[in-house]
Amino acid sequence: MKVLVPVKRVIDYNVKVRVKADGSGVDLANVKMSMNPFDEIAVEEAIRLKEAGKADEVVAVSIGVKQAQETLRTALAMGADRAILVVAADDVHTDIEPLAVAKILAKVVEEEQPGVVLCGKQAIDNDMNATGQMLSALLGWSQGTFASELDIEGDNAKVTREVDGGLQTISVKMPAIITVDLRLNEPRYASLPNIMKAKKKPLAEKTAADYGVDVTPRLEIVKTEEPAARAAGIVVGSVDELVEKLKEAGAV
Amino acid sequence: MAVLLLAEVTDGALALDATAKAVAAAASLGDVTVLAAGASAAAAGEEAAKIAGVAKVLVAEDASLGHRLAEPTAALIAGLASDFEHIVAPATTDAKNVLPRVAALLDVMVISDVSGVVDGNTFERPIYAGNAIQTVKSNDAKKVVSIRTASFDAAGEGGSASVETISAAANPGLSEWVEDKVAASDRPELTSAGIVVSGGRGVGSEEDFKLIEGLADKLGAAVGASRAAVDSGYAPNDWQVGQTGKVVAPDLYVAIGISGAIQHLAGMKDSKVIVAINKDEEAPIFQVADFGLVADLFEAVPALTEKLG
Repeated sequence: MKVLVPVKRVIDYNVKVRVKADGSGVDLANVKMSMNPFDEIAVEEAIRLKEAGKADEVVAVSIGVKQAQETLRTALAMGADRAILVVAADDVHTDIEPLAVAKILAKVVEEEQPGVVLCGKQAIDNDMNATGQMLSALLGWSQGTFASELDIEGDNAKVTREVDGGLQTISVKMPAIITVDLRLNEPRYASLPNIMKAKKKPLAEKTAADYGVDVTPRLEIVKTEEPAARAAGIVVGSVDELVEKLKEAGAV
Repeated sequence: MAVLLLAEVTDGALALDATAKAVAAAASLGDVTVLAAGASAAAAGEEAAKIAGVAKVLVAEDASLGHRLAEPTAALIAGLASDFEHIVAPATTDAKNVLPRVAALLDVMVISDVSGVVDGNTFERPIYAGNAIQTVKSNDAKKVVSIRTASFDAAGEGGSASVETISAAANPGLSEWVEDKVAASDRPELTSAGIVVSGGRGVGSEEDFKLIEGLADKLGAAVGASRAAVDSGYAPNDWQVGQTGKVVAPDLYVAIGISGAIQHLAGMKDSKVIVAINKDEEAPIFQVADFGLVADLFEAVPALTEKLG
């Protein structure tokens, strides 16, 4: 079985986000970029499937700017076998919408015929939480979202999902789209020898036009602003003072 | 124009608070038709009909809709979509599972976690864990929108909408429910509670999390947790507050032993009053706290529990 793992290049999760003063967006120039943390979990799960003998090839794919090849090299260094870069934007500030990404991925799936697609449940930049579900709809495949446990057995996969009330387990028909949540696994760090080896692994480069997909955004960004700041608070000296202040504020 | 609003129905019961908040958010978009779907959904539909601002309720009962599996639920909604310009739901994990699938079936973009409705095409939503608010204008003929419930007050009661029964769509048979693991609790539900008491890594163990729960019970509060506390096994996943967990905006939020990573702040910084108790005075949580107490939580929390109430 082949596993396809879409990965996204996003602002590193430790970086303090700066909104541009002219309201045009978030400043991404000269900012540390990394693989979306949820996608790292998806790559790790794919590699574990291969190590467990359930998968024979792991293919990473990224859709975005040319620099996303760095993100794909990270996936290759972790243990993916080969990578596909679909260049769909020139400017690092252009975010390709989940619908367009899902359409391109659907074409990649047609070409590659994976048995499962493992996606991060959301990207930490646009926080849309949509690509996996949309891809699943376009392909007419089953979906197992927000997975904290995954067990693939033959024609079915048992997926334990993190939901508002606790955990839900479902059984999905393969092939399936699985979107992964935080507690599925802990991604490995790539070792230096593996980082060196990754440079020699195959990375094919395509464009959105190669797949005939129009990536024109459906959502026009009117403006991007800083959220309203909270008024400064006070530090209290004791539990008694805290109780007094809370009572004054009518909070208890 | 008309709005189709997916009610939050779990095992036949309506989540009134989440649904009524989504109704309030959608009220300016047009006449609201609520869809109550489930293995049993008639009672939920009757309850939703009483929410002020609801014009009509559709009830779809079918075994395939029983556990809100994405494929049959999305097929049902997509089949109803021709009569509506907006398809809306509260941004619960169920809706986040279903709505993007609906949007792709309709070839439109989904607009997730909306925190403000500007007009019928224009919406505000947080991005980058709430570090920026983006206003987007949709160019799609239909708008598929999930509503961040913490940003809206619930619509009141007093409606008397008509209720109509409809059939489910054909079940594509792609997935099956196996089991739910839901902890029974007498505490208020996290996303609608007036007070939330949350613990973080500083609490140190599942056993010591009882301190957090004790204070919560004294205050009649829901219990929350940071990602670090959940990852460490001190608290179950459904208590997680933050960018990828639940978003809450209670009247009072008490953060105990939580450092305040931006991913956590994303889930609670719209709370009315924030209290932080942490022994590290440099912890970022103090930057959003109205009242900060630099103290050892193992001394401060029992004292606070005793002195309150």
